[in-house]
Parts: sequence; structure tokens; C-alpha cells
Amino acid sequence: MSHFLHVFIQGFPLLIGGLKFTLILASVSIVIGFIIGVFIAIERVYGRKISYGLSTAYVEIIRGTPLLVQLFILYFSLPQIGIHLSPLAAAIISFSLNSGAYQAEYIRGALQAVEKGQMRAALSLGMTKWQAVRMVILPQALRKVLPSWTNEFVYLIKYTSLAYLVGVPELTAQGEFFASRNFEFMNVFLSVALLYLIVIFIITWAFSAVEKRVRVPGI
Amino acid sequence: MKLLEVKNLKKSFGKKEILKGISFNMDKSETIVVIGPSGTGKSTMLSCINMLTKPDSGEVLLEGEDLVKTKNIEKMRQKIGMVFQEFNLFNHLTVLDNVRIGPWKVKKISKDAATEIALKNLKKVGLEDRANAYPAELSGGQKQRVGIARALAMEPDLILFDEPTSALDPELVGEVLEVMKKLAQEGMTMLIVTHEMSFARDIADRIIFMENGYIVEEGTPDKILFHPEKDRTREFLAKFRRE
Repeated sequence: MSHFLHVFIQGFPLLIGGLKFTLILASVSIVIGFIIGVFIAIERVYGRKISYGLSTAYVEIIRGTPLLVQLFILYFSLPQIGIHLSPLAAAIISFSLNSGAYQAEYIRGALQAVEKGQMRAALSLGMTKWQAVRMVILPQALRKVLPSWTNEFVYLIKYTSLAYLVGVPELTAQGEFFASRNFEFMNVFLSVALLYLIVIFIITWAFSAVEKRVRVPGI
Repeated sequence: MKLLEVKNLKKSFGKKEILKGISFNMDKSETIVVIGPSGTGKSTMLSCINMLTKPDSGEVLLEGEDLVKTKNIEKMRQKIGMVFQEFNLFNHLTVLDNVRIGPWKVKKISKDAATEIALKNLKKVGLEDRANAYPAELSGGQKQRVGIARALAMEPDLILFDEPTSALDPELVGEVLEVMKKLAQEGMTMLIVTHEMSFARDIADRIIFMENGYIVEEGTPDKILFHPEKDRTREFLAKFRRE
């Protein structure tokens, strides 16, 4: 145990440096993915034929291919047609696009779970469809989606470890680097796992607090 | 000019023709009650008036302006309130916000002025003390009175009531009908679909009997309820008498 602590403390600055990248990757991607997700979901529920078709195609293509392949296409394939992305940019773009598709599906389900009468009542007051979605439907849908949305954030934090494979110095990458120098594979990767666990615990806790705060009776 | 003119309104869902040519007029301050068997298109007719359901053909003229053809249906809907059978209060908003969201966010008047209008109308329906409650915390009768206040807050020319008491427990029906009676007396123009016959008798200036997508007969409550000309009207009313 004391040996583990020794390794943990020794590797701490390096691992924290990696954790910083992990958190940047995850939080930027979840926010961009959320914006994508909201718009795609709205198009899939309320959009006309063309935007429905395009947004459905987007979701199906992203969900039907592995995240790692998407990342490799951005980082290794695009340079062949003259587009060069930094490892961090490639990772953020692929995670955002990927998370956007999954968040769109969560949000779509929640939009459809809001009773039809809510839209009718909003329109009857003279709201435009967009006003109704923004002021009446979305606030209810987002409350419904919050628990599964927290889940998506947790997944995303763990998936950011894939960025290691294109050379982003995130938590897993730093662990690998550290362990390959001191051969303490057991203690180093346990340390890495512990850091992921702590971060995810804090985030889960924070979002359940948010959930309680925005809770409205009857939704 | 009539406040509302409905001309030859038709609507089908798939092969089923629900409205087969509905025509009637309404004057300002008039209260019309629409009665008839379930599934004869009464609710469809109401939602074709504010275009929540788009009619296949016909005209709906509000002060001469055709709602079927208008380019700005949102502006026209502001003049037509609607009260729903299932209340459809905005679940995530307090009672106060439900009532003021219309004038505030749709009509774009100041928040303070909208709040004042909302409180005035909540008072009218006897619920000013529940302003901070959420819909889920109200009884059905209270919900429907908030629904009425929400429609009133837009200061509409006309309010459509789609079976406003059908989803209520029997003991809660009275409080909603009381509010509606008061509105009729104050001169609000109301088009009401309901199964409450004695209420129709008390409140209506005219009653329309609808069946099978047509208006069978219309006239004063005395004429329709007690001296109907058509057999179909008599048969329908006979069912109610037996109850």
C-alpha cells in the first residue's frame, strides 16, 4: 500500500497534466456535442423532409461506425486530401461529432416524451413553432434527459482515453509513458483508474445536484 | 361585419371525412355552444378555426381576414384563445408564468405589465393565491381555471373551449362552469364544445347541433333543446333525458 502511494505521489504531477487534457477533451466535446445534439434532435422531431433526412443520416453514420475509426479518419486519412489537424483538434472534433449523435438520440426521445398538447397550447397562444420548442418543449425535455445525459458525459470521459492513440497526452497516455519508464504497470494503471474514478464520481454527484435543483413537480 | 365567419369548412383524415362543409357565423360577445355525439368532428372543427389542424378547404374569417390563407397565422392566433380538455398547462412553469408567458413573450409587452395582467386574470378565476404553484400541484378544476386565465391574458377577441370539463371529476365541474358563466356575462365571445346540457341552456345565445360532420340544426337554446325541428336532434337529446 505504501509502495502504491509512493508511485502515485511520484507520478502525480505527470498524471494531473494528463488529466487536464482528459477534462478539456471531455468538457469541450460534451458542450459542442450538446449543441449539435439539440439541433439534430429538433430537426429529427420537427424538421421538414430534407433536414429530417440529413440529420437522420448523420446519426446513423456516426452510430454505425466505431469512434476509433472516426478518429483515425480525421487524424490519419484527412492529411491525404490536404487537411492536417493537430491531435487535440482531431480528438475534439471526432468526440464532439460522436457525442452529438448520441446526445441527439437522448434528446429526441425526451422531446417526443413531452405531451403533444404542450405544443398545441403554445401555438394557440400565438407562439411560432421555434418559440414553442425553445420556451415550452425544450425546457421540459432537457429535464427529462438529464439522467441519461449524465451517463453520456461519463462515457465520454472514458472514451477520451482513445485520444492516446493519436498522440494527445491525456491521462491514459501519461500513465503509459510513466509506466514504461519505471515498469510499475500495476501501480501506475491503478493510479490512472483511481483518477478516472474520482473525476467521474464528482461529475455524477454534481449532476445529480443539478437535477435536484431544476426539478419541477410533475416532470 | 361578423366577428367570425366559418364557410364550408372541410377536413378529412385519410379516407375518413370528419368535416363535410361547416358554415356558421358569430357576433361579438356571443356565446355559442356546440353539442353532438362523440366523434362527430366538434373538436376538429374548433382546431380548424385556429389552424392547429389545417382544413382541406373552406374559409375561416376573423374580422374579415382569412385564417386559412393568412401569411401570419401566429399573429391571428393571438386573437383566438383556446382552452383544452386536457388543460395543457406548461408543466415546467408556475401558474403565474403560465398565464404571463403569452403577453410577455408572445405579445412582447414588459414583464411588469404582463405580470399585472396575469394577476388580474388569476384573480378573475379565483386563483391569485396559487400563483407560485406548479400545475402538478393543482386539482383538475384549478388547472382548467388557470387554462382559462392563460387564454384571457392574451386579451383575445374570441375563446374556443374544447370540452373544458370532460376531463374533470364531477365535483370539480361546477367551479369551471361558474368562471365561464361570468365570462359570458362580461361579454366575452365564446365558442364552447361541451356535453353539459343544462350549462348550455343557461349560458348559450345559440346552440349548434353537430352530427357526422354536418351542422344539423342551430338556434336558441329554447328551440334546440325543447323544440328541435330535426329528428336527429330529438334522438340525441332523448339520450340525455334518459340519463
